[in-house]
Amino acid sequence: MSEVTARGRPLPTLSRRSKAVPFLWTSAALLTMLVLSAAVGPVHIPPLVVLKVLLARVSALGVVSDWPASYGVILNDIRLPHTALIALAGMALGGSGAAYQGLFRNPLADPYIIGVASGAGLGAVLAMTAEWPTSALGMAAVPLAAFVSALVTVAIVYGVARVGRSTPVTTLLLAGVAVGIFASALTSLIMLLSTDQLRRAISWLLGGFSLGGWGPVWASLPYLAIGLGGLILLARPLNVLQFGDEEAMQLGLDVEKLKLVIVILASLVAATAVAFSGIIGFVGLIVPHLVRMRWGPDYRRLLPLATIGGGAVLLAADAVARTVLAPRDLPVGIITAVAGAPFFLWLLRRAKQEVFW
Amino acid sequence: MTLGYPGRTVLEDIEFSVRAGEVFAVVGPNGVGKSTLIRAASGILPPERGKIAIQGQDIVRMSPARRARRVAVVPQAIHLPPAVRAMEVVLMGRTPYLGWLEREDELDRQLAADAMRRTETYELAHRRVGELSGGEQQRLLVARAVAQSASVLLLDEPTAHLDLRHQDRTLKLVRELAHEQGLGVLIALHDLNLVARFSDRVALLSDGRIKSIGSPRQVLTPLELGAAYGVEIHVVEDPIHGTPLVLTG
Repeated sequence: MSEVTARGRPLPTLSRRSKAVPFLWTSAALLTMLVLSAAVGPVHIPPLVVLKVLLARVSALGVVSDWPASYGVILNDIRLPHTALIALAGMALGGSGAAYQGLFRNPLADPYIIGVASGAGLGAVLAMTAEWPTSALGMAAVPLAAFVSALVTVAIVYGVARVGRSTPVTTLLLAGVAVGIFASALTSLIMLLSTDQLRRAISWLLGGFSLGGWGPVWASLPYLAIGLGGLILLARPLNVLQFGDEEAMQLGLDVEKLKLVIVILASLVAATAVAFSGIIGFVGLIVPHLVRMRWGPDYRRLLPLATIGGGAVLLAADAVARTVLAPRDLPVGIITAVAGAPFFLWLLRRAKQEVFW
Repeated sequence: MTLGYPGRTVLEDIEFSVRAGEVFAVVGPNGVGKSTLIRAASGILPPERGKIAIQGQDIVRMSPARRARRVAVVPQAIHLPPAVRAMEVVLMGRTPYLGWLEREDELDRQLAADAMRRTETYELAHRRVGELSGGEQQRLLVARAVAQSASVLLLDEPTAHLDLRHQDRTLKLVRELAHEQGLGVLIALHDLNLVARFSDRVALLSDGRIKSIGSPRQVLTPLELGAAYGVEIHVVEDPIHGTPLVLTG
């Protein structure tokens, strides 16, 4: 047979350039949105100044501060921490959304569908009613409670959905929806019973980013680094999983163990996003979908690209939320839902299943 | 051993062994349990009673990676993710040799390329699976199993979607893997004439049991086949290959 083709020719590979292009595009989008997000607000700050202040922050190089001192204060104390936190939340949503979609082989899976976000929200609300995070301890307690209750949610969903030795996708999704609704109902009940925290909790749940300062940024970084880093490293086995549980097992993958690790990592990431930024819908659903449509379903590219892209998209949504009814800030969750839901329906009609693995 | 699903036994008290270097075919009417047998032999369906072993070791107890280094499967149902590229499918065959955090190296890529050349799929390397015909996808799955470098090869109706040329090529490749590289091959096939030409031994399944087992000439007889399939069968000698030629009516 080998006479048909040239002998010993290795497998063709994509050039380095064509591999790098999607990363350049998404990174450029993220960087642009970072600068624009910090520029817009009640006081407009020229993007060039934002760029200079950013450079001054991250490099030891002497960047001459030729900007008004007030700009520096606004950026360093208010805008930049806010921008950073949104970027991280968006990255967390994009990355965990992609991971859940790959795990369940379902383009509709995301932290909300499988109940993790609601579970994390319930845990966070419980922690808040106990002690609103004004202290350092409270700051750590909320994400911890969110993560623990996200894991408990996943454990319940996983346990209910398990049939024999495997976990079929359909039962997993159904169990996720049911448990999610249950957790949301409990959350609403707790919020109704504790009236003084009600407004704050509602605005947090809608993704209002009501926490301020650099504290939340530093507090969320380690969780996100571990979770997103781990997910991106597991992209190849996640690719194998796309062939179905049975085939993946025949290809030598310890499927149940892999699913468990991915669920834990993705839930850590999603819970961190919920704990610091509230429940924001559609970013985790749409960003991986867009990346998949444009650059294909290979999770080795999809996971990092959805992570970077998620940051850019949520920053854009947040910039809109802060300007559309200025001087009032809208919760960013409203923007993502209003823009995201119709967009997603359009995607569904247009793409059907063709682009999904 | 006895094979089946919760509440439904498919095959009862069956016992046989496949030797290294032979092509062992499993035949029988639709729904008799050929696919069940293949799934069980791949280790993903533990037997209700009994044991499936490779070189004396129970495959159900092996880790998936260890098992997949020994047993490669060409599945019947084609549900390949449509947007994945052909060469990625074949590279998946290297999974049992890679840790979760590892990537394919040059050797893996070379083995995948070799497997693609042997199955005439090399030219499809960059195509997306969804653009390929059923037969091309089938050959990719054979390539993936070859790239897996296992000592046992399980195939479930690998020729179902193949044209005559590729039926011939694929089964010759399978026979070559057995005879020249010493693989043990277990293959479920509908086409009894292909069984007669390409297999060394045959097991005829019927009513949840092995009805007969032996060389194609011993098993493919009008009496045995007629009883199993419930149709009148004639067997003559194939004038070209000298193997049994099975005809109905």
